[in-house]
Amino acid sequence: MSDIQIWTLVFAALSFALYIYIAVASRVKDTAGFYVAGGGIPAPANGAAIAADWMSAASFISMAGIVALSTNGYDGSVYLMGWTGGYVLLALLLAPYLRKFGKYTIPDFVGDRYSETARMVAVICTVVISFVYVAGQMSGTGLVFARFLNVNATTGVIIGMVIVFFYAVLGGMKGITWTQVAQYSVLIVAYLIPAVAISTTVTNIPVPQIGFGQILAELDGLQRDLGFAEYTEAFTNSNMLNVTLMTATLMFGTAGLPHVIVRFYTAKSVRAARFSALWALFFIALLYTTAPSIAAFSKLNILQDVSGTAVDNLPGWAQTWADVDLITVDDLNNDGIIDYGADAANELTINNDILVLAAPEIAGLPAPVIGLVAAGALAAALSTASGLLLVISSSIANDVYYKKINPQATEARQLMVGRITMAAAIVVAGYLGINPPGFVAQVVALAFGLACASFFPVLVLGIFWKKCTAMGATAGMITGLVVTLAYMLWTIDIYGNSDGIFGITETSFGVVGMALNIIVTVVVSQFTPKPSPVMQELVEEIRYPGRTKLVEAHAHGDLPPDVH
Amino acid sequence: MDERQRREYWRRNLRLMAILLTIWAAVSFGAGIWFVEPLNNIVIADFPLGFWFAQQGSILTFLALIAVYVWRMDKLDKEYGVDELEEEVHHS
Repeated sequence: MSDIQIWTLVFAALSFALYIYIAVASRVKDTAGFYVAGGGIPAPANGAAIAADWMSAASFISMAGIVALSTNGYDGSVYLMGWTGGYVLLALLLAPYLRKFGKYTIPDFVGDRYSETARMVAVICTVVISFVYVAGQMSGTGLVFARFLNVNATTGVIIGMVIVFFYAVLGGMKGITWTQVAQYSVLIVAYLIPAVAISTTVTNIPVPQIGFGQILAELDGLQRDLGFAEYTEAFTNSNMLNVTLMTATLMFGTAGLPHVIVRFYTAKSVRAARFSALWALFFIALLYTTAPSIAAFSKLNILQDVSGTAVDNLPGWAQTWADVDLITVDDLNNDGIIDYGADAANELTINNDILVLAAPEIAGLPAPVIGLVAAGALAAALSTASGLLLVISSSIANDVYYKKINPQATEARQLMVGRITMAAAIVVAGYLGINPPGFVAQVVALAFGLACASFFPVLVLGIFWKKCTAMGATAGMITGLVVTLAYMLWTIDIYGNSDGIFGITETSFGVVGMALNIIVTVVVSQFTPKPSPVMQELVEEIRYPGRTKLVEAHAHGDLPPDVH
Repeated sequence: MDERQRREYWRRNLRLMAILLTIWAAVSFGAGIWFVEPLNNIVIADFPLGFWFAQQGSILTFLALIAVYVWRMDKLDKEYGVDELEEEVHHS
């Protein structure tokens, strides 16, 4: 076993022990604890939990690589802006009002505000979006195990499943939230140490967000010399229309993702929900402003130290990854030199996922730091997986079992059903992680399009427009979902190969589906029965913090069942 | 809050939201995407400005926008006396 493997093992084992300790310490006994941690999480902790929930294996492992390599600099900004801009929408348009409404799940809000049909449509959307997303997290866990510890990916996924099983089934939302606070701490430390080290070495500026400005001119020059477009030049991979639509899709999708929205129910009050959004974006911004600097520094390193060197004289870190085929060198013209370039004569291929994992080695940091980064990647994958699994479990146990199948179920019974669905969801997610459907990578990006086209409009209209009707919302949700799904299937490489309409890519289409959803909802609402006066008054009440009569009656289940 | 106060509270909330969301769109879509090319001709502290907005400035602005929202809403809640009434409400 190498030093790196030993340290990875040490950090992985230590962090897992910590998660299990937290799980045992925060066991829950009631459904409010299981679904929303009793609504008693302080804002900074809730913010850190949202950040860990939100930042998945993709954010931690892949994002810097996507910016540096596959989108060539500027064009990767869609992810940076898209995955943070959504929090402004969440904070201003959704978080305080959903918290005031005081329920457990998105289907809960949709069902209570609109109708039982709408509730079921929302359950289906939630489960589909969440499973799609969680499969990616499980396979990410397997990947990290495989690369750092040489166990096979299947064993890695199973270890991950056991850990998640432990704290999610025992502790529900309470266990998950406190574990996520710990996971956030691990992942952010692991991400920042190499970034600060690289920035200090290269530019003498210990703040990577400022430091990477120093190398941009040099980076632009090197890329120009090799035939690439400049690093800071806009629209080199994608046109302005697609960059705009994809950024918007990721923003509105973020604000429509069930596992993120549900976190605002865990806040103590309306005010705490607002502060949770602020803390969450603060914690997320720490990583998201660092990612582009890791991207730029690593790209510079690749252009200076790998490109143009002898094929048999790779720098140490590159050789490590070449050994596992994540860097491939193919000396096409047999001159013994690596020719990196934008054309067919390119001889170097680098996998997006290694940039962050290689960052400590690029910076020349010792083995313990590399082990810590691996533990950080695991924390990112596991924390997102557990948040998603909770949403699946609560949608089925609360919205299907309790609301539909057995409304007389006791608290203990509901809790048991919640735990059983959680366990089943973990098994399914693990299976999907071990045998990922071929299109899983694309589908994760598509989850945003689906969330954006289905949930965002019905939630916002449901809050801000008292006369938005049940039939309007249901028709809108179905239209958004079906049109977006159809467009994706039509254009995505695996199924169709069409260029689509106006060259809009499948990942950018969600916001178009959202626009259609809004139009359909508004038009249908004009011609269908208006919500009851009581419902309209309830919607009015969620606008104001503090105690209000109807919201309280609603919370205690005292409103008539036909209040829609 | 009586009916008139409610209307006033909500109108002021909506106005704040409109201002913040306009800045949100102007910085991300405006500076970060639509006007990125002309802005890239301006270089501040070694960063081409458009590129900086797309990879750093927009994120920092988002954070500032939520901070202003939280702060202003706190003030508004106090003014209308709904800040101390908060209680946990969750359905049974």
